[in-house]
Amino acid sequence: MKEYLTISNISGPLVIVERVSDVKYAELVEVEFLGGQIRRGKVLEVDRDKALVQVFEGTQGLDISASKVRFLGRTQTLGVSEDLIGRIFDGKGFPRDGAPPIIPKERLDIHGFPINPQARDYPSEFIQTGISSIDGMNPLVRGQKLPLFSGSGLPHIKITAQIVCQAKVLGKEEKFSVVFGAMGITFEEANFFIKDFKETGAIERLVAFINLADEPAIERISTPRLALSCAEYLAFSLGMHVLVILIDMSFYAESLREISAARKEVPGRRGYPGYLYTDLATIYERAGRIKGKAGSITLIPVLTMPEDDKTHPVPDLTGYVTEGQILISRELYRKGIYPPIDVLPSLSRLKDKGIGKNKTREDHSDLLNQLYACYAKGKEAKELAVILGEAALSDLDKLYLKFAERFESEFVAQSERENRGIQKTLDIGWDLLRMIPERELKRVREEFIKRYYHEAKDQS
Amino acid sequence: MSQAKIVKVSGSLVVAEGCLGARMYDTVRVSNEKLMGEIVELKGDLASIQVYEETSGIGPGEEVYLTGEPLSVELGPGLIGSIYDGIQRPLDIIRIKQGDFIKRGLEIPALDREKLWHFKPRLKPDSLVEEGDILGEIEETKLVVHKILVPPKVKGKILEISEGDFKIEDTIAKIESEGEILEIKMFQRWPVRRERSTKEKLPPTEPLTTGQRVIDTLFPITKGGTACIPGPFGSGKTVVMHEVAKWSDAQIIVYCACGERGNETADLLLTLPQLKDPYTGRPLMERTVVIANTSNMPVAAREASVYTAVTIAEYFRDMGYSVALMADSTSRWAEALREISGRLEEMPGEEGYPAYLSTRIAEFYERAGKVVCLGGDLRIGSLTVMGAVSPPGGDLSDPVVQATLRVVKAFWGLDDRLASSRHFPAINWLLSYSLYHENIREFLAKNISEEFTELKQKAMKILELEAELLEIARLIGIESLSSQERLILETAKSIREDFLHQNAFHEIDTYTSLKKQYLMLKVILELHQISEESLKKGRDLKEVLELPIREKISKIKYILEDRLDEFRDLEEELKNERVSDHL
Repeated sequence: MKEYLTISNISGPLVIVERVSDVKYAELVEVEFLGGQIRRGKVLEVDRDKALVQVFEGTQGLDISASKVRFLGRTQTLGVSEDLIGRIFDGKGFPRDGAPPIIPKERLDIHGFPINPQARDYPSEFIQTGISSIDGMNPLVRGQKLPLFSGSGLPHIKITAQIVCQAKVLGKEEKFSVVFGAMGITFEEANFFIKDFKETGAIERLVAFINLADEPAIERISTPRLALSCAEYLAFSLGMHVLVILIDMSFYAESLREISAARKEVPGRRGYPGYLYTDLATIYERAGRIKGKAGSITLIPVLTMPEDDKTHPVPDLTGYVTEGQILISRELYRKGIYPPIDVLPSLSRLKDKGIGKNKTREDHSDLLNQLYACYAKGKEAKELAVILGEAALSDLDKLYLKFAERFESEFVAQSERENRGIQKTLDIGWDLLRMIPERELKRVREEFIKRYYHEAKDQS
Repeated sequence: MSQAKIVKVSGSLVVAEGCLGARMYDTVRVSNEKLMGEIVELKGDLASIQVYEETSGIGPGEEVYLTGEPLSVELGPGLIGSIYDGIQRPLDIIRIKQGDFIKRGLEIPALDREKLWHFKPRLKPDSLVEEGDILGEIEETKLVVHKILVPPKVKGKILEISEGDFKIEDTIAKIESEGEILEIKMFQRWPVRRERSTKEKLPPTEPLTTGQRVIDTLFPITKGGTACIPGPFGSGKTVVMHEVAKWSDAQIIVYCACGERGNETADLLLTLPQLKDPYTGRPLMERTVVIANTSNMPVAAREASVYTAVTIAEYFRDMGYSVALMADSTSRWAEALREISGRLEEMPGEEGYPAYLSTRIAEFYERAGKVVCLGGDLRIGSLTVMGAVSPPGGDLSDPVVQATLRVVKAFWGLDDRLASSRHFPAINWLLSYSLYHENIREFLAKNISEEFTELKQKAMKILELEAELLEIARLIGIESLSSQERLILETAKSIREDFLHQNAFHEIDTYTSLKKQYLMLKVILELHQISEESLKKGRDLKEVLELPIREKISKIKYILEDRLDEFRDLEEELKNERVSDHL
């Protein structure tokens, strides 16, 4: 292996190495610092005998004259085997839990390959998260990618931990695991997750890749890819159902912007590179199901929207790739409601195939639409009441107003440890609907009104 | 020609030296992996190449093979029902060869070389033919008769032509053209970036029925027309596109999923073969070609995918068919352009997009049209192009939206607010427009009713009045409105809820014929007129609003297509209402 002492330029995370030969695009690089410390990097561009290298762990302490650069002749890979499960790694894929590295059975290119659209199977199995505002209103299905849009100071960490602990598919015992990729979260947050995973036993089926806020931002670029390569192995080689959590994609995008700026690329919106969409898509699109394979990858990326702005490039482009979004609302949070999920702007695009008879319950779809409509009316009435005073509302509007309040406090709100079954979620929904006169319930079929609105009431 | 060698690799852009003699937009094969690429810039003997596949592991010094041919598609029997990636590689064969993930460096012919097709000549030996004449036919599917055309630049006399079962590379006819004897095969190649030739373009005059009421009635598109459908995420662009692909009355559908979601594409691929064509009862896949280059597939191939799609569409148009092309989403295509332009270090225009963005968009949409095809029989074909646009944050000042609006004639603007109140299709009636009303007036008068156009205008007027009245009501309270004005609000609500709102997932509601649309609108507006007259005669507004027929009108969307006579009963009832009013 050739070693070069020819670094000519260091700028941000980027290093230019001169007079190289036989260097390939995307090749893995080792940079040896003066004191013998080794950092890794990747070739971003190679132009004749010049290679542009991105150093994953940052370039602090690197000097031009004495540092050595070695090109490893292969691209970045992740060694995989079933021993991955239960382990915690850092953002580069090295053990973080004190145990020795695993002995890999295979090495996978962390960039993966796109799933052939022809090989994809449509997601249709309902995942119960035990959270009513998700299961009841915006159900998640296996193979879906459904992000949590949050803001700083909101309890997305708790919600994520709760989903990880409670998620399951009804009526089946299948091989199930969680891959957790953390980019730029604080030590405290990471600690909360690990403690929570240990307490609930989730750690048994977990693989974590954690890059903390004080660790080099640049290594965040590979963290989600490591996590997804691991997930692909578990899902499509070992046949497991994998839930992947990527938190926080906003920090990931910022690292991408940092590299783009260092390369002096033409910026797109808000300084993010023009290829942000494509880049995010190559991450998110690795979720899915494949025809004839047992496993699946379900992806929940979490991101904090700057100033709760949904049109910021990161949430915006994420929304264009993912199949819906779960929106965490500051307003509900201030009211003291946990989980503060605002169901109105939330959406799960794949819900229709995952719910109904033999999946959740026959009335689920109608009930969902009706609850949505009633809650929306209640919110409207509330706005009206703010402007004109509650006295100006009609009796029906007052009823809706009350409905919205009860919906928030009884349906949406639940405790951090409450694992609410889908049947119970739906029953609470009907319970609330009984406040509303029957003739107003236009979205529910008559048979369901009869069975759930009347009969269930008589029984209770 | 000297051997070209790579000097630079940066993402999907590769620069090679020793390319003297290469031409712009020629395709090349890069490295020993034979990755497919296209020349996008030439400087001296340096060529910049956009590579359609992942370039990791490729480096300077490796070889580049020039082919001397521009990026082309294969056109012939076997296209229908196929699912291709952006550069026309069949995804099903890729799956068989490489498994569930798409690896690289695979060269697969687009059309099956082994399959036998039964060719029936339409012409006899000794006939004189020119480019575009129909030599014969193949029944490609139950829905599509594939016409074999005389290839470009051929003019002369048929020497031999025979009926029988052939593979596409077999010779089906021999033509003497300018002293040469040419062997004619069933397929031809055409460079995707060049528009296919036609005799003449005509103004489009026939509507493309999509079965979507808000489109067909309020903002129609024509066979040969263009439309764009911009909207933020979650507003239902893709659902509208899928609905149009399923129900429009074009004879051939080319669907280009360009940089969109894999699961959605899978949904389309899984449902199309199961859905039945409302006109013939055959599976819709028998008239459809799908180009699927999802967002995680190579970005350069995404750039090419819309051209691949439009060229295939033009080919079927040349047979005299009405073809509809859907591109979802053109924003992703524009972003691919931006990405490649950025790597070429070109001076950016707005938002980092290249300065030639609007030219490219215009060129693309201009390939639509109703045309007189080449060939002696003057047959007419049409190509309708509909593009989804995904502006960041739903902001319509986005350069891609603006450049598109300059060239398309129908604009279906999706509205986030409508979508979040679950009004689908979320096409905003105040924002959208169509410039085709005049073009199709005659067609509608002849085939549906003389008064349809008038009814449409009336409905639009009521919707516009509603917006004004709501504004007033918001300021000074609904009580300040007169009974007449309250009635307008009620009718507008009925138009919105009973007519414009359409559930794509309901088996009856998902498709409405033009005839039914007309009848629906007619009863809604007739009721309005009767109510208006009643009010004038002094009846109470409350009484008018509680007419039992309103209940029935809220269900007219569920009247079956083969029982449209039920509308007659409704009209009868309306008539009685009018009579009773006179008493």
